[in-house]
Amino acid sequence: MQTHLLSWITFTPLAGALLVLLLPKNNSRLIKSVATAATLLTGALTVKALTLFNAAEPGFQMIEKAVWIPQFNVHYYLGTDGISFPMVFLTALISILACIGSFGIKTREKEYYFLYLLLETGMMGTFLALDLFLFYIFWEVVLVPMYFLIGIWGGPRREYAAIKFFLYTLTGSMFMLLGILALYFKSEPHTFDWVRLANAGFDPGFQKIVFLALFLGFAVKVPCFPFHTWLPDAHVEAPTPISVILAGVLLKMGTYGFMRFSYPFLPDAAEWFRPALAILAVIGIVYGGFVAFAQSDFKKMVAYSSVSHMGFVLLGLAAFTSDGFNGALLQMFNHGTITAGLFLLVGVLYDRAHTRDMGAFGGLSAVTPVYAGILIFFSLASLGLPGMSGFISEFMTLLGSYTYSKLFTGLACIGIILAAAYLLTMIRKVLLGPVNDKWKGLTDINLRELITLVPLMAFILWIGVYPKVILSYMASSVQVLLASVGGVS
Amino acid sequence: MNATESLRYFLPELFLLSGALISLGLDLFVRNKKLVGFFAVLVLLGTAVFPQVSDLAGKPLELFYGFFTLDAYTCFFRVLTVLILAATVLISISYRELSPSEEGEYYTLLLLTGFGLILMAASTNLLMIFLSVEFVSLMSYILTGFLRKSHKAKEAAMKYLLYGSAASGIMLFGMSLVFGASGSLELSIIRNLSATAPFYGVTLIALILFLVGLGFKISMAPFHMWAPDVYEAAPTPVAAFLTVAPKALGFALMMRVLSTGFLWINWKWSPLLMGLSILTMTVGNVTAIAQTNIKRLLAYSSIAQAGYILMGVCTFNETGVPGVLIYLVAYAFTNLGAFTVVIMVSNSTKSDELLSYAGLAKRAPFLAASLTVFMLSLAGIPPLAGFIGKFYVFSSAIQAGYLTLAVAAAVNSAIAAFYYFKVVRLMYLVPEETPEKIPYPLPLTLALGLLLIGTFAVGLAPSVFIKAVQTALFV
Repeated sequence: MQTHLLSWITFTPLAGALLVLLLPKNNSRLIKSVATAATLLTGALTVKALTLFNAAEPGFQMIEKAVWIPQFNVHYYLGTDGISFPMVFLTALISILACIGSFGIKTREKEYYFLYLLLETGMMGTFLALDLFLFYIFWEVVLVPMYFLIGIWGGPRREYAAIKFFLYTLTGSMFMLLGILALYFKSEPHTFDWVRLANAGFDPGFQKIVFLALFLGFAVKVPCFPFHTWLPDAHVEAPTPISVILAGVLLKMGTYGFMRFSYPFLPDAAEWFRPALAILAVIGIVYGGFVAFAQSDFKKMVAYSSVSHMGFVLLGLAAFTSDGFNGALLQMFNHGTITAGLFLLVGVLYDRAHTRDMGAFGGLSAVTPVYAGILIFFSLASLGLPGMSGFISEFMTLLGSYTYSKLFTGLACIGIILAAAYLLTMIRKVLLGPVNDKWKGLTDINLRELITLVPLMAFILWIGVYPKVILSYMASSVQVLLASVGGVS
Repeated sequence: MNATESLRYFLPELFLLSGALISLGLDLFVRNKKLVGFFAVLVLLGTAVFPQVSDLAGKPLELFYGFFTLDAYTCFFRVLTVLILAATVLISISYRELSPSEEGEYYTLLLLTGFGLILMAASTNLLMIFLSVEFVSLMSYILTGFLRKSHKAKEAAMKYLLYGSAASGIMLFGMSLVFGASGSLELSIIRNLSATAPFYGVTLIALILFLVGLGFKISMAPFHMWAPDVYEAAPTPVAAFLTVAPKALGFALMMRVLSTGFLWINWKWSPLLMGLSILTMTVGNVTAIAQTNIKRLLAYSSIAQAGYILMGVCTFNETGVPGVLIYLVAYAFTNLGAFTVVIMVSNSTKSDELLSYAGLAKRAPFLAASLTVFMLSLAGIPPLAGFIGKFYVFSSAIQAGYLTLAVAAAVNSAIAAFYYFKVVRLMYLVPEETPEKIPYPLPLTLALGLLLIGTFAVGLAPSVFIKAVQTALFV
């Protein structure tokens, strides 16, 4: 089992999904237990992998490689390193929590958990695949369940949101496929193998074209301005646990793609695209912040704050420094935990009040004190309060980008101020002020909801106080990445 | 090779032909016409596994004084044809519209069409090419208008006939030009035209005219107009068959003609086909969006798919040529599968309107899931068959450096996903209107299961199929 640990991590959810298909439709308890067990088992396997993971080793570990399609030199090739492992861990964590968070779903449960587990397999595979063909397959496998999860269990405009998400991502990934094929045919001998492509050394002109093709695929996912318009729709319309997955894991697939593929394969193009990337990052940060500020819908505000926070990841990637890259990767993890928490909290409120209009609330801190405390905790984490994880990663990306461009760094800081503005406004509107009589009977957060939130809080605090706990896993791999693109450490 | 000698290499075809004739006789004697159908399936499977006399690893054999060529390529398409036909017969057996009095001859007609299709793959002589194409066309007209009580079917058959005749006439004219220039009907001799410069222009015009006839068969734009009407009005199993088999063999023939006779001016027809490929996929996809009838939607989708397959023909490189074959296999599984679901649904709802698919996920979860798989495969989502086909033709475009073509295909794929998901959306996201139970007759369910397995198999274990294709192409 140890030798195929990554395969187990990837396909345990799929096995769970197939098991769910065999269960009777009406036995909702059993379906939920099987689904949760599958995510928990995946989590346990991930922890097992964590114990085997050698943080000092910069290259890939726990590699599994087998020939799949010999005619195209396609391999079933999995492996993990300091860049992908935090993402795998995040996926396992968020999947468990969102699965528990899904217990509120009351319709078509069998289909729901089947698709949910299929989605987890897709996400795990995306982060673990080292063969571009395999990567593409997992990348696309994520799309289909997501379409259904938004489209069937979403809000009023779910159909529109689902197809928009699907078409945007599919268009991007079609161009990504062309880029992948170009890499394949340019390499001698033709290969999809990560290690070979990273050492291929393509000529700069070719690199730029391919970088652009891959960029379209990844940027839609991040989402990077101006490809972000699917995000507010999808996040708002998706049911709570799916918003959590979207914000917590799916967005990271895009930035992960840059770090894993675009940068090492196409270092010259990456260097050339740096200013563009930085500009898009800053636009995302500031624009996302302003739009979030303007929202009255709680969930939409959190959605736009994602655009803003993911901008920091891109800024870190444009920095080409050790701090920038580490910060970007850490920000991916932190944004995953913090925003997942915020979406869960929006869900908690929505389940009770059936509205997300912030203006309709007020004084909830008196009615639901525990909820209020937790909401304040996550808001502070999101706006970058020192001592919490969000601060560390945003600070690192800014530190990294400072050496690259003081202007962009300065502009990006506006995003932090804006985050404080919109999050504190939200707290004021929802929690403070006179109690709205309408919400007097609101019940406080329950145990199940607490279970989904507390682990996230633990990670936020832990990383906030002692970031080395996670940075030490990333550092050596990030260093290699940095060297491959010729950045300064 | 003379006729008597050739006969022993022609046994599988003769087996099929005699099977067709026996089924005609059987029709007179058995009361339950379904038995004729099952007999036809047996004949087809028998043809598929019929032992080949010669070892084809060596030189291709020229049969009947060079009218036909027997090589691995022919064998590949023979097996593909009969398997497609077997699936067609299987899904026809429980098709509601077919009246018992006519059912027997229907199977005979299908078997005969199969014979014609195999000849299309084997022909290397212009006369034989024309005859086999016409043979298949005539059978298709009859099959289209087979439901005599339906006015729509009659109209479609007539339309098909008129279009088809015009296209054949134009193709024949092209052939006559080639004959005039080269003095021969043999593709292998026509190739020598390359040495005689004065005939260059004539050859080019002839080839274009030739492509009109073939383009008609594969529903290439702008010769696709007949397709939606014919597919809509024809009996659904026939529509399934027509979207797959004549198209596949049309491509088989087109590749044979281009590679044997006209490879020397590929720098002329390659850009032409590129334009036609982009046109075909765009016309198919854009028109499909507005369709409200599932058969018309699948008709336009099949036009678009022809556009993708043309990518492989136009590049004609080491990924393009096998790409066409792989795509055809993947497409056969997928499209036949989609039509199987259409038949099962229409058997109970008596409608092919898209709206009758609303809430299918609740009424018939297995059917809805299957149709979703087929739609995803047509949209080219991995890990399904359609993706492997698309992967191949995209590869060929990238390898050949045809960036315009690749980008056009990528954009088209995104457009296509929209209408494929329209069907999926109806099944899963829209509440049902008519809570009718849908029966699962055995032959249809069997066919559906096999096609589903095929769709997954091509996607998950493509190497098996790629190997088969490579054998067919001697690479």
